[in-house]
Amino acid sequence: MARATTTRRKIITTVAAWSIGLLIFFPILWTILTSFKTEAQAINDPPLFFFFDWTLENYAVVQERSDYMRFLWNSVILAGGSTLLGILVAIPAAWSMAFVPSKRTKDILLWMLSTKMLPAVGVLYPISLLFVQFNLLDTHIGLIVVLMLINLPIIVWMLYTYFKEIPGEILEAARMDGATLKEEILYILTPMAIPGIASTVLLNFILAWNEAFWTLNLTAAKAAPLTAFIASYSSPEGLFFAKLSAASTMAIAPILILGWFSQKQLVRGLTFGAVK
Amino acid sequence: MATQHSRSAARLMMTPAVVLLLGWMLVPLILTLYFSFKKYLPLRGDSLERGLDWVGFENYVRFISSSSFWPSVQTTLIIVGGVLLITVVLGIFLALLLDQPFWGQGVVRILVIAPFFVMPTVSALVWKNMFMDPINGILAHLWRFFGAEPISWLSDASLQSLILIVSWQWLPFATLILLTAVQSLDSEQLEAAEMDGASPVARFGFIVLPHLSRAITIVILIQTIFLLSIFAEIFVTTGGAFGTRTLTYLIFQRVIDSQNIGLGSAGGVYAIILANIVAIFLMRIVGKNLDR
Repeated sequence: MARATTTRRKIITTVAAWSIGLLIFFPILWTILTSFKTEAQAINDPPLFFFFDWTLENYAVVQERSDYMRFLWNSVILAGGSTLLGILVAIPAAWSMAFVPSKRTKDILLWMLSTKMLPAVGVLYPISLLFVQFNLLDTHIGLIVVLMLINLPIIVWMLYTYFKEIPGEILEAARMDGATLKEEILYILTPMAIPGIASTVLLNFILAWNEAFWTLNLTAAKAAPLTAFIASYSSPEGLFFAKLSAASTMAIAPILILGWFSQKQLVRGLTFGAVK
Repeated sequence: MATQHSRSAARLMMTPAVVLLLGWMLVPLILTLYFSFKKYLPLRGDSLERGLDWVGFENYVRFISSSSFWPSVQTTLIIVGGVLLITVVLGIFLALLLDQPFWGQGVVRILVIAPFFVMPTVSALVWKNMFMDPINGILAHLWRFFGAEPISWLSDASLQSLILIVSWQWLPFATLILLTAVQSLDSEQLEAAEMDGASPVARFGFIVLPHLSRAITIVILIQTIFLLSIFAEIFVTTGGAFGTRTLTYLIFQRVIDSQNIGLGSAGGVYAIILANIVAIFLMRIVGKNLDR
């Protein structure tokens, strides 16, 4: 009897969860489907689900029209460059805060977090001005630095929470055996910290990839990433749903795949370790 | 344990991160403060080289007394409040549902989280065109199917539409964090309550909800900080028209469209103060957690 009710309950839960899951996912599914339709099929009423003539034409048109590869490359450079630079700056900082904590460590961590709260629009003009002064507008390096800085607090925090979990006794044992600071970092900490570092890299790559305030405001053509590529479709032009879908699918596909791997780390990274 | 040597090494290793963030915070902040007290209209011939006129608090007064200020504050509050309400309520519901045993948990979880990874410009454009287009959008098809007149979503129900789009983006975040919190709930406690005859509503109200309160607070605070500065969603859908001009967007327009740097900077200072009020509460919670 008890088993029967649990099975029935499980079936009901399964149906409910899948319905809601598919409903939430539907806009993405619909975009992917539409990207394989012709423009006429894309606006067909009633909407066509799976039974239409699948075509790759839209992808070719989008690539030809707006040079998708160049935007993709810019996104990779900006997201990758800013993440790498951020990690390089953050590892030593997070290491020292986790293993040689002082009275001020907590204050420094909280202060770093507070810089993340600075609304971008509040400093838009000064940053644009500095970009003009130093000839950084529409360059990779300028945006890499800005994206690195806006994500640095999250990177430091994530690494800090991961490093905190490495038991200090292991380090003490190594020191007793006469390991130098360099050896300690290179041979003991690094291997133990690699999973945490990998998660941090992944999440920050995603955040940098999707950043859409600075990338829209500080780029024009040369350094513009996929966020700008998509924004160029914001003025309608005849029938363009299928092409828009193809462009959108190309812009989100890489990050959707990465995102699925990082879902566990998401919570830690975005709540600053406050929810575990 | 830490020696003098390792302490100074630690301080050295922290320096790059601290210096960079200090610069990133102070330089723009000081410039914004500086401009906010100046008359600076580059299109009318004001330039940094020739020096700017000091106008005291005039920009601050003008920003607040302009006819678009209070509507923009109202719009901001409606969007932030609406999105928070939807994401938190649905997030709790979804977290409790996904915590139950069912077939295909992993896949459903992925489906639910996916919108969070869609870049804001994409989700705004997809919703604007393929769903909310009054002629060819899916919602228009759906409305016609039921014999109703399709709605021009982004002009006639602009705020609701924006809240829908932004909620869709942030629901995964709320769900994920609340789910993590739900999973740490002590199931024995729930079972004991059930044996003692507590109804599902009572169990939810007296055990689940109090357990989630911390996670809910964190979701609210973090989302508020991000929602106060949503930009791309408005930029590619309405461009601030049809009553969707938030405080962020108003400042953006003052600085970029009307090139009134002084006025925009004063607005920026208001936005910074507003964000910091929220931030203080978030810091308190995060800070307490550090002590444990």
